[in-house]
Amino acid sequence: MIAAERLTIGYGETVILEDLDFSVPEGDVFAILGGSGSGKSTLLRNLIGLDEPLGGRVLVDGSTPAQELGAPHFGVLFQSGALFGSMTLAENVALPMRKWTALAAEAIDVVVRAKLRLVGLEGFENHLPAELSGGMKKRAGIARALALDPPLLFLDEPSAGLDPIRSVELDELILALNHSLGMTTVLVTHELASIFTVARDCIMVDRDAHGIIARGNPLELRDGSPDPRVRAFFNRRPA
Amino acid sequence: MKFPAAGGYFHCVLATTGPGYRVERVEREGGVETLRFAGELRFRECFASWERVRGLARPASPRMEFDLSAVEHLDGAATALLLDLRNELLAAGAQTEIVGAAGPVKALLDLYGAHARRPSHKTPPTRIGILDQIGRDTRAIFGEGRALDFVGDFALAAAQAVGRPRAVNWADLPRLMERAGADAVPIVLMLNFLVGLVTAFQAAVQLQQFGANIYVADLVGLSMTRELAPLMTAIIVAGRSGAAFSAELGTMRVSEEIDALRTLGLDPYHFLVFPRVVALVLVLPLLTILADVAGVAGGVLVALGLDLTFHAYFLEIQKAVHPWDIFSGILKTAFFGLGIALIACERGLATRGGAEGVGRATTSAVVTSLFAIVLIDAIFTVLFNALER
Repeated sequence: MIAAERLTIGYGETVILEDLDFSVPEGDVFAILGGSGSGKSTLLRNLIGLDEPLGGRVLVDGSTPAQELGAPHFGVLFQSGALFGSMTLAENVALPMRKWTALAAEAIDVVVRAKLRLVGLEGFENHLPAELSGGMKKRAGIARALALDPPLLFLDEPSAGLDPIRSVELDELILALNHSLGMTTVLVTHELASIFTVARDCIMVDRDAHGIIARGNPLELRDGSPDPRVRAFFNRRPA
Repeated sequence: MKFPAAGGYFHCVLATTGPGYRVERVEREGGVETLRFAGELRFRECFASWERVRGLARPASPRMEFDLSAVEHLDGAATALLLDLRNELLAAGAQTEIVGAAGPVKALLDLYGAHARRPSHKTPPTRIGILDQIGRDTRAIFGEGRALDFVGDFALAAAQAVGRPRAVNWADLPRLMERAGADAVPIVLMLNFLVGLVTAFQAAVQLQQFGANIYVADLVGLSMTRELAPLMTAIIVAGRSGAAFSAELGTMRVSEEIDALRTLGLDPYHFLVFPRVVALVLVLPLLTILADVAGVAGGVLVALGLDLTFHAYFLEIQKAVHPWDIFSGILKTAFFGLGIALIACERGLATRGGAEGVGRATTSAVVTSLFAIVLIDAIFTVLFNALER
């Protein structure tokens, strides 16, 4: 579905991660793991085409560079939710539909309500983002990311800042979307509970190593990785 | 003075006390010098007298100990002071150890890294020479070409918008025009009224000496319509709307909303920049018309005080001010609006960092806009002067 080929990322002349090679199969829930400052979010920005790689490329469906895609091909949940502050929740969710579809306003309203219901925000259509809690903003961000039913969903730290109950609900939503729609999901996180619940495959990146230090199933890596940095991460012990 | 002790005798050399604590420097048998701390070492209490404690540690002997066995309480900041003193003595070549700490005192010392000085992970700051700094700043201004990139991207977006007007977020235009225009009317009227009044008053003081009171009308009419009203209005709009645009876009940038727009396939130029530019280009000339009226009205007050009649004042203004004077003033405000909006949007979209970055972008937008207004005004003055010949 999406693949990185000899991908090198960074800012200006500073290389953060280099020669990354990995692919996310269609229908997978794939996690990008790593400690704070390891370059996870920068990698995500390169995958979704917001930043230009310093080297290598990101291909979607085997041939199209990620920079040439975007909505309606994939949805993105940003760390802060990134809702537009001057728009209501309904307007936020409706925005990609207004841009990319020829649906009538009434039809868009119906879809918007359904999307907000899906993330448990029915009745909040006319609220401004400033009137919502952090968790509600995240869920509204997911509703907007799902507005066009994209085949590929990117989530940046979806559980960060959420209480345990909301975090579990979000994990369940990610799994449900994956099961019901077959939506390929790539999430960047370091929340262990979420990783073990939702991710089938993962890579772990490390800034000191400038690359991937582990790949595979998170549970298998936790129990059997020979790398002390990986074991330390999964077992919450300083290396 | 000699005191009995478990390890033999010790000799008290010096001592200092503060509220709740006491420090003694004692010389133990075997040549070890000990700083004995006792009581409660709390930052607030011991900070004021810490220089005396440091003085007590000098001169450092080759072997020193900080004995904390009599310390009943130690807080975090006092621990930092204590370790700093230890490190100072180590650096001076004295073999210094902390001994006698137990329980919570020992735990706190361990937490603060009493065992060893950790190597710093910070890269030492690079010394940059003045020429290097000038080079870097020059490159930052011209080399990166950020502003030129922005103008190029905007021109491209404008060309696309001509072909596909629906791509532009026109829905925001009324709201933006209301904020930049209608909401600014009271301040524009008031300030320009006062500027007209002050200009008339200053002129009157001079003209009265020659019995040329009537020319107050000429001076106010011409200066307001050609220069002062356009400039004052542009300055107000730069301070209000320019700052607001920059802060709004800057906040959107740091909260990832601009990135979100891009991932939704929406061009920030069409969605955010274009409506703001159009709003200011339309609103500034309209505000300037009102400013012209307010400025001339301000002059009336002074004129009436000079025994001129209302009728005579306006008759003189009609005679002195030609339609071109008004039009030339209004025309250049459209360019002021273009400049203010482009600068504000460019600074907003280029914002880096958090709240501080937004503040920097806003300040920069206003200062650069003011400079741009004066520059554009100068260009138009030269241009109009050439045209009028």
